[in-house]
Amino acid sequence: MLGRTANGLYWMFRYIERAENSARLIDAGLRMSLTRSEATEDDWDGVLQSSGVRDIYDDTHDKLTSADAIDFLLRERSNPSSVMSCIDAGRSNARMVRTALTRETWEATNECYLDLKALLARRVKPADLPEVIDAIKRKTGLIRGAFHGTMLRNEIFNFSRIGTFIERADNTARILDVKYYVLLPAVSQVGSSIDNVQWESILRSVSAHRSYGWVYEAEYKASNIADFLILNGRMPRSLAYCYEKIASNLGYLAREYGESHGAHATAEATLASLRSHSIKDVMDQGLHEYIENFISHNNRLGQEISDGYRFY
Amino acid sequence: MTKKGITPLAFDEMMNADNSPRQPYATYNDWYAAQDKARLIVKSKDAENIFRKTGITFAVYGHADSAEKLIPFDLIPRIISGREWRKLAQGIEQRVIALNAFLDDIYHKQEIIKAGRIPRELIERNEAFLPQMIGFRPPGGVYTHIVGTDIVRTGEDQFYVLEDNARTPSGVSYMLENRETMMQMFPELFHQNRVRPVENYPYLLRQSLASLAPPGCEGKPRVAVLTPGIYNSAYYEHSFLADMMGVELVEGSDLRVIDGKVKMRTTRGYEAIDVLYRRVDDDYLDPLTFKPESALGVPGIMDVYRAGNITIANAPGTGICDDKAIYSYMPEIVEFYTGRKPLLENVPTWRCAEPDSLKYVLENLADLVVKEVHGSGGYGMLVGPTASKKERTLFAEKLKSRPNNYIAQPTLSLSTVPILVNKGIAPRHVDLRPYVLVSDKVQIIPGGLTRVALKAGSLVVNSSQGGGTKDTWVLED
Repeated sequence: MLGRTANGLYWMFRYIERAENSARLIDAGLRMSLTRSEATEDDWDGVLQSSGVRDIYDDTHDKLTSADAIDFLLRERSNPSSVMSCIDAGRSNARMVRTALTRETWEATNECYLDLKALLARRVKPADLPEVIDAIKRKTGLIRGAFHGTMLRNEIFNFSRIGTFIERADNTARILDVKYYVLLPAVSQVGSSIDNVQWESILRSVSAHRSYGWVYEAEYKASNIADFLILNGRMPRSLAYCYEKIASNLGYLAREYGESHGAHATAEATLASLRSHSIKDVMDQGLHEYIENFISHNNRLGQEISDGYRFY
Repeated sequence: MTKKGITPLAFDEMMNADNSPRQPYATYNDWYAAQDKARLIVKSKDAENIFRKTGITFAVYGHADSAEKLIPFDLIPRIISGREWRKLAQGIEQRVIALNAFLDDIYHKQEIIKAGRIPRELIERNEAFLPQMIGFRPPGGVYTHIVGTDIVRTGEDQFYVLEDNARTPSGVSYMLENRETMMQMFPELFHQNRVRPVENYPYLLRQSLASLAPPGCEGKPRVAVLTPGIYNSAYYEHSFLADMMGVELVEGSDLRVIDGKVKMRTTRGYEAIDVLYRRVDDDYLDPLTFKPESALGVPGIMDVYRAGNITIANAPGTGICDDKAIYSYMPEIVEFYTGRKPLLENVPTWRCAEPDSLKYVLENLADLVVKEVHGSGGYGMLVGPTASKKERTLFAEKLKSRPNNYIAQPTLSLSTVPILVNKGIAPRHVDLRPYVLVSDKVQIIPGGLTRVALKAGSLVVNSSQGGGTKDTWVLED
């Protein structure tokens, strides 16, 4: 496979994953502003930070309002992580690697782009937001469905999956990075009502508010939430789950190509660390440091994959 | 058919003057008569959705807002009888053989110039003539691996070649997708009519390309398609062809000359390519030989080519055949190399470079079509009869200042085929581009791309100027 094709697949799936994550962040933000007795613009500050675009927002806006923040996250072209920017970039990459995709996967991607472009052509009215967020999740879900249902499990599949999970791990880690203080044991073990809202918001932003209840029996507890998002190998957006997938897909490539690079060692080391630690170890080490360290390793892994497989 | 705006004399390919169907359309006409017209309009919208979803789009340069457009598809097929086709095919084959012999000659002994049949300066001062090709013979002696001969029709037995398109004929993906769409929407039509298949084109193309692997090829020839990238107007076609042939779609940035071979950067390292079907113009092919600023090509590929380690299709320097001044000499060219009169006629052409012709053209501008010799896509041309007086005056100035740059032809009354409109059907002018593959044999795909001017009376069929396409049937008879 061409290095450029591997690069295109990797970024196609990173961008589609990011679009979905942006939609999820907006969803959580909306929910929080609904459940709070006094909604504050600070909530949106957190959302913009989680998306990593607080600075770019300030470049183009004088003040933070929820309506502007939502529009910025959904449609703003100067925001590379806005839903529309991501879908556009994802689809451009898909066009570039068109020959590596099944017709079904390409068409689902193209339709997602065409439909969302129409849906996001103008600023979305508050009343229409739930419907739009839903459409984004549904359309990106269709791409995933077509991809899983029709693609051969070969190197094309592996590079696509690696892109998805590097992006997802980054996203989950960013949410933790921004909100780590509400999960610190010192703040509160029982959980005030404010904490409960914050915790639920974190869980919502990774679509895990229901599944959390199944695993931890509806007991909102900071260390459980951190455990769920970081170490629980069954939670599809946890760091551990993402690294199981990254390591296994890199493993397939190493076996098929008969060679491994720095990327393989980095992924295995991160996975081993996620497997061997308990949440208590993480908290003792310092949640914030742990997460920051993870983010920088995750970035380094992306670079090693790009180098090892000759993306450029 | 004397509908408003249509030349009353235009030959309609579907209906006779007495409103009976012409023979090739007889079966189709019965089917059409039995159709619920509202349903056809719905089907027409369905077809558009299929195209949009599939991403069969093209880019129009110079339109800021329309990064990607659909070429309108009309669902009434253009039908050609087996007898008509055989006649066309013979003429096309003769012409393509002559084109290759001509290219080989002008890059070697130049006998046609020595024989005084074509002026030396027309060849040697031509921008599309590449001195780098002098004395070099491409693998298998083939210059034009893929040709798209544009044909127009003006009567029952009157066909003309309008252009030869020996450089990089585009549009074959529409031929294939149009057929695919028709078969999906109206399978019954293909039971009722014996339509010759076109869908094996990608397979034939791959075989044809692989059969012309260079002498330096070891093992099974590796074929790749070279595209300028996703922003090119024909990118869809490039990816489609690579996909259908099952070969890599590469960009210049993927390729590098290593150890005397053109190699592509793969996830496992660099791997050699033997045959490159390039959809990048000569000028951009090799920055070391041609435009130094080109980032679309491969530095050093021309050296590899000349050393016999890669086949480039079509060969660099074939573009000279697309020059419209050269076109005007095609009858002489065909006769010179095949020893026979051309089976297919050229459109009479005035070379504005010649003073007498220029005078005639300026005096008769209102009746003529004037084209740039290097132009394509319907750009930079004047259609005399439909142009305004002011447009003609402005164009006359351009003609006088650069006569060498233009040729003129009579306005042909192109044949019409009906298209579906809201009120039923209405005749529109069409042309035809059959696709030809050249290897040790000449293969002409039975069908091609029919382009149709969607505006009543318009003679401009180019997709960049509001033209559409039709599925083209060649019947088995």
